[in-house]
Amino acid sequence: MARRKLAIVNEKIAETIIRVCGWISSLTILLMVVFLFKEGAGLFSSKQVEDGYVLAVNKSNKVDHLGVENIKDIFDMEITNWKEVGGEDMDIIVFRFTDITNYVSAEQLGADFENLPQCIDSVLAANAGMIAFFPETYMPENFSGKRIDGDNITLSSFFAGTEWFPTATPAPIFGILPLFLATILVSLAAIIMAVPLALSVAIYMAELASPKVRKILKPTIELLAGIPSVVYGFFGLVVFVPMVQKAFDLPVGETALAGAIILAIMALPTIITVSEDAMRSVPRSMKEASLALGATHWQTIWKVIMPYASSGIIAAIVMGVGRAIGETMAVLMVTGNSAVIPDSLLTPVRTIPATIAAELGEAPVGGAHYQALFMLGCILFVITLLISLAANKIQSKKK
Amino acid sequence: MSSITSLHTRKRVSQHVAFWIFRLTALAVVAVLVWILGFLFVNGASVISWEFLTSEPTNGMTEGGILPAIVGTLCLVAGSMLFAFPVGVLSGIYMNEYAKNGWIIRFIRMMTDNLGAIPSIVFGLFGMSLFVNALDFGDSIIAGSLTLGLLVLPIVIRTTEEALKTVDDTLRHASLALGASKFYTVCHVVLPVAMPNILTGLILAIGRVSGETAPILFTVAAYFLPKLPSSIFDQVMALPYHLYVLATSGTDLIASRRMAYGTALVLIVIVLILNICATLIRKHFTKHQAK
Repeated sequence: MARRKLAIVNEKIAETIIRVCGWISSLTILLMVVFLFKEGAGLFSSKQVEDGYVLAVNKSNKVDHLGVENIKDIFDMEITNWKEVGGEDMDIIVFRFTDITNYVSAEQLGADFENLPQCIDSVLAANAGMIAFFPETYMPENFSGKRIDGDNITLSSFFAGTEWFPTATPAPIFGILPLFLATILVSLAAIIMAVPLALSVAIYMAELASPKVRKILKPTIELLAGIPSVVYGFFGLVVFVPMVQKAFDLPVGETALAGAIILAIMALPTIITVSEDAMRSVPRSMKEASLALGATHWQTIWKVIMPYASSGIIAAIVMGVGRAIGETMAVLMVTGNSAVIPDSLLTPVRTIPATIAAELGEAPVGGAHYQALFMLGCILFVITLLISLAANKIQSKKK
Repeated sequence: MSSITSLHTRKRVSQHVAFWIFRLTALAVVAVLVWILGFLFVNGASVISWEFLTSEPTNGMTEGGILPAIVGTLCLVAGSMLFAFPVGVLSGIYMNEYAKNGWIIRFIRMMTDNLGAIPSIVFGLFGMSLFVNALDFGDSIIAGSLTLGLLVLPIVIRTTEEALKTVDDTLRHASLALGASKFYTVCHVVLPVAMPNILTGLILAIGRVSGETAPILFTVAAYFLPKLPSSIFDQVMALPYHLYVLATSGTDLIASRRMAYGTALVLIVIVLILNICATLIRKHFTKHQAK
């Protein structure tokens, strides 16, 4: 009796474990939301200017706020007058902390640089048009200048910013538009190439191929899906990149086009399998009715099977888009990685996933760059989740 | 009459043209695969040798072998499967055998589908945030294995579910009618019948794990580490990441190109073998059932 009870208890424990495991995928998605947003959310409460540094202007300067792009242009000497950023007509003097020796002598600084803060203060006070950038540890007591580094990174500068420049000093620029547009460009180009190919293969497999031919095609497509993305990337790098470079006579072959070609091949298996399934699920009676009315096989395919399977085909294409948007390694290896807004398929670009993969290793944990990359991850997560939900919705419509 | 004939001919011609296009595209897809495989075989075959497979990379990764990467990938495969296979199979059992409520099954299935659609780089970020930082495993085999395990969960869950669905309900009823408990029925009647099909899921998952790069970038992979791991908290090299390094960021790209071809070939051969195994098991099983 006791043994039987023990067995029942054991079974109950095992069944509880099974129930818990049943929820694992839902739990994982939930955890992803929590952790990705937890790491990324800090971005919008962190300062524009690099952590631990001070950006200040002379007290008399009318400018109180500077956008990150303006800061970069000032320090790159592309903006040279305060008039351009809303101040008085006055030349901008850029002062980096290492420039101090141009203004004061070594004796004034002191043997251990103990007078450095005071020196910075007096130099800044003496030059009305100066903008100074120095580490917070050298912040002078009774600072006479005006700090302009109080602004946080804003949502609009992140989502609508047209420059991605995470290593710019004094203020890194995180504008995701170039990355976002590159992702859309490469994925769309890939899908446009892949869809006609994939659909005709799917039609062939669903309607025309003999069982023997199907037996060859099916494993071929499974194998295409099984090839690791890094191998696709390598293949693209040694085959397509030189090809593109030669064909269009470009300085570099690593372009959006090379990425799109590789992505098109990688998206093929998804689109083929899902749309073939959709075409196969068309009821026999429908097909036979069409054939009995004297329609040719081709007319039946075009006028009966395709419309009937349309929701499945659209779902297949949507899934292919999702695959393409999230693909990382292959794209990273062949698109040339330059984070500028793309103006054609023949320029190097950098997609969102490629940016994460390329930059996260160098971004200090917890810094603004790190948070920005996690924010990119959140965006990618949300986009692909929406795409997947949409595909499921479309697919289940007909059933 | 003649207009009918011409219409008929037009119909026939357009069908002919369309069908030939379909045949050619299908051929093109096969050609692409043959091209990729052939290219890698031709360029990689001369690199593969016993020494290449069993020695460490030397001379700035332009000579020597890829043993640490092979061992690292094996560790990751073993680790991720230790997690994903039991959990995934149990999850599949729950969905097919236990969950009764329709909306629960639909919800879980939807979540599993969504999980499968999330890009691998997002798994990498998640693994870094949860396992490396929050749980403080550091860059380690265990962090990488768990990340990869989560990545392939949907594959294991879905194949398990499909496999369980093919088991005839009469078997379940017979077992229950004999007084066996539900758990006993699942363990001793349903699972043994479904096992071969579940195994194909395992094999496909192994194929996926051995080729994934993005999830291990920030959770385990080492750029260059010519020694074998001694604990699950060690970093390792891994084949796919090693290929990435050799192809894009080695010290001497031209000299390491040869090694890259060899590594790519090893990866492809692993994937090929796993795929063939999966197909064979499936074939064997369907034949078995047909009898």
